[in-house]
Amino acid sequence: MLELVVISTLNGVLFGMLLFLLSSGLTVIFSMMGVLNFAHASFYMLGAFFGFQLTKWIGFWPALVLAPLLVGAIGMAVERYGLRNTHKHGHVAELLLTFGLAFAIEEIVSMIWGKSPLDYRVPALLDFPAFTIFSTNYPAYKIFMLAVSVIIFVALLIVLKRTRVGLIVQAALTHPHMVGHLGHNVGRVFMAVFGVGSALAGLAGVIAGPALVTQSDMAASLGPILFVVIVFGGLGSLPGAFIASLVIGLVQTFAVALDGSLASALGPLDPSAGPSVLTDIWNVTIAQVAPIVPYVLLVIILIVRPMGLMGTRES
Amino acid sequence: MRKLTLAIAVIAPMLGHAASAEDTVKIGYIDPLSGGGASVGEGGLKTFQYLADELNAKGGILGHKIEILPLDNKTNPQESLVQAQKAIDAGAHYITQGNGSSVAAALEDFVTKHNTRNPGKEVLYFNYAAVDPSLTNEKCSFWHFRWDASSDIKMEALTNYMKDVPSIKKVYLINQDYSFGQSVRSDARKMLGAKRPDVQIVGDELHPLLKVTDFSPYIAKIKASGADSVVTGNWGQDFALLLKAAADAGLKVNWYTYYAGGAGGPTAIKQTGLDHQVFQITEGFPNSGNQAAMDFEKAFRAKVNLSLWYPRAVNEMRMFKAAAEKANSIDPVKVAAALEDMKFDVLDGGQGFMRKDDHQFFQPIYVSSFGKLAANEPFDEEGTGWGWHPVSKVDTPQAMVSTTCKMVRP
Repeated sequence: MLELVVISTLNGVLFGMLLFLLSSGLTVIFSMMGVLNFAHASFYMLGAFFGFQLTKWIGFWPALVLAPLLVGAIGMAVERYGLRNTHKHGHVAELLLTFGLAFAIEEIVSMIWGKSPLDYRVPALLDFPAFTIFSTNYPAYKIFMLAVSVIIFVALLIVLKRTRVGLIVQAALTHPHMVGHLGHNVGRVFMAVFGVGSALAGLAGVIAGPALVTQSDMAASLGPILFVVIVFGGLGSLPGAFIASLVIGLVQTFAVALDGSLASALGPLDPSAGPSVLTDIWNVTIAQVAPIVPYVLLVIILIVRPMGLMGTRES
Repeated sequence: MRKLTLAIAVIAPMLGHAASAEDTVKIGYIDPLSGGGASVGEGGLKTFQYLADELNAKGGILGHKIEILPLDNKTNPQESLVQAQKAIDAGAHYITQGNGSSVAAALEDFVTKHNTRNPGKEVLYFNYAAVDPSLTNEKCSFWHFRWDASSDIKMEALTNYMKDVPSIKKVYLINQDYSFGQSVRSDARKMLGAKRPDVQIVGDELHPLLKVTDFSPYIAKIKASGADSVVTGNWGQDFALLLKAAADAGLKVNWYTYYAGGAGGPTAIKQTGLDHQVFQITEGFPNSGNQAAMDFEKAFRAKVNLSLWYPRAVNEMRMFKAAAEKANSIDPVKVAAALEDMKFDVLDGGQGFMRKDDHQFFQPIYVSSFGKLAANEPFDEEGTGWGWHPVSKVDTPQAMVSTTCKMVRP
């Protein structure tokens, strides 16, 4: 039992950190610009595909730097020529733009790389077990993912909370005209923020590609859970997203590890003993419903605490 | 007059088109060409196109060319019905599908209803890989023919092999949460319980179909259970990722599988280093030793650049041709009648037959293991250098199960 708990905790933390890596960019864009970017998971997918292609051409490590830069550049172009024009029509227009963009990116990616999973391998340098616990190996690559997530979290916090850049960016959201009068180019600030947010998604893609599956539906499979993370953590709160990622990673992993069902919890009072149309429901194990647990959490948090765990405003 | 000329000018090419469309036998291939099942679906499509080319090169079926219409169903039953209608609208009287028994059940029902409502425009459904037993039992239909061994036939053969392996003591079941996965799980429990009562089932897991991206939590559970063997019906990315997670965690058990040879599977097995510890149950495999099958394999690989994963598709297409020739017609109703109780020499050797009672094809079944190749085994998989090695053969009479089907005939 102890073995399962320890290993599930590790697995949960690893999965949670990957979620954070993904949601950090989304949180940055939302908290700084107020744009809920539906295409975020698509930038993540672009990162994975660019990472795959560049790894083939020039190796994994240069790809780790170049692919996020490329995705960031695309993000900046989207902000400059897309979002900036729709901004004056309000949030709904922005939302629809990013929504459409998500579909366009998915189609383009499957046109170029096809719809089958790509053979995107972990780099040889990190392809070994980092340590063994209870005779289970932990791949070095997963530890690398963990380290990158923590570095990103700390770096973002410092930049946003402790530097002049962070100050200007935050001010630009609430008082764009004042910031403009002080001589800063507000448009360029927004463009840079969107670029950084997209680049973070791209980085997550390059790193997660080899660990998960790199294929054209990867955005659709991870997109929804990102929104759970940022809503759960509090829209626009970086520490909130960090905690929410860990919580969701752990909850989902532990849900898989548990075998209990409603019927077994009720013991001798088990209603499924008699024939009933509900027998199936009583006997569904927690492990079977594991994938929907995060969405149940989302609903509960919206009812109980609409601003999320660490959110400050209710939008 | 001018109007009439115009009308003829417009209609005449349409008539010509309709006439030429009648000349080809169109087969709607309805399977995932995007999403989690895409790699499997694309492999199947290439196989059918190769088989169609092969038949066309020899004059087609009764002089008719065969055309495969690729239709993407995204492994979704609802979408499959839309695609089936599309195939019918395009003039197809035959559809073929394999991935997903939930899809197969929807299609079987759709075809049955369609044929009742549209007499004279019947459509036959050739199932090459959906193995839920219910398709030829309680849900059976005259318009459905299955060339793959159903899940209970495979489990019968697999457990017949497993019962003679004394090292199996603790078995873990992990399957996809839908009709097929559930039938693997219940068959395994029932048959292992009957044949090896001393074997302990230490885990019984169902996980969502083609949705899990990281199997490490499941692997942790298998490890904690102390299992020495895992039985799984997983296919597509659900098998590859399961093995990938097992390789990462260093889990060393024996794997008894239905579909380890599917796309990505062999690569994942090689990564785990499980030499001849992953077993598969199929109606044929590349190194079967049968000369005709191995020649076919060689030609297939040279052209398609894939290993033949569906010997049953070869049986399906060749038997379709034989049935049409026997009936001397490509009319679906006559072909269906000709297929009933038809005997056929299968690709990997031996004779199979299409049982009239339930339209299930019975054929010899093999257990093979994946690992380093012997000298007389030329075919490896996915460039790993490892390949399939024969372990055990179950002949047609021993690979039969009874049916509860009450066939309604037109």
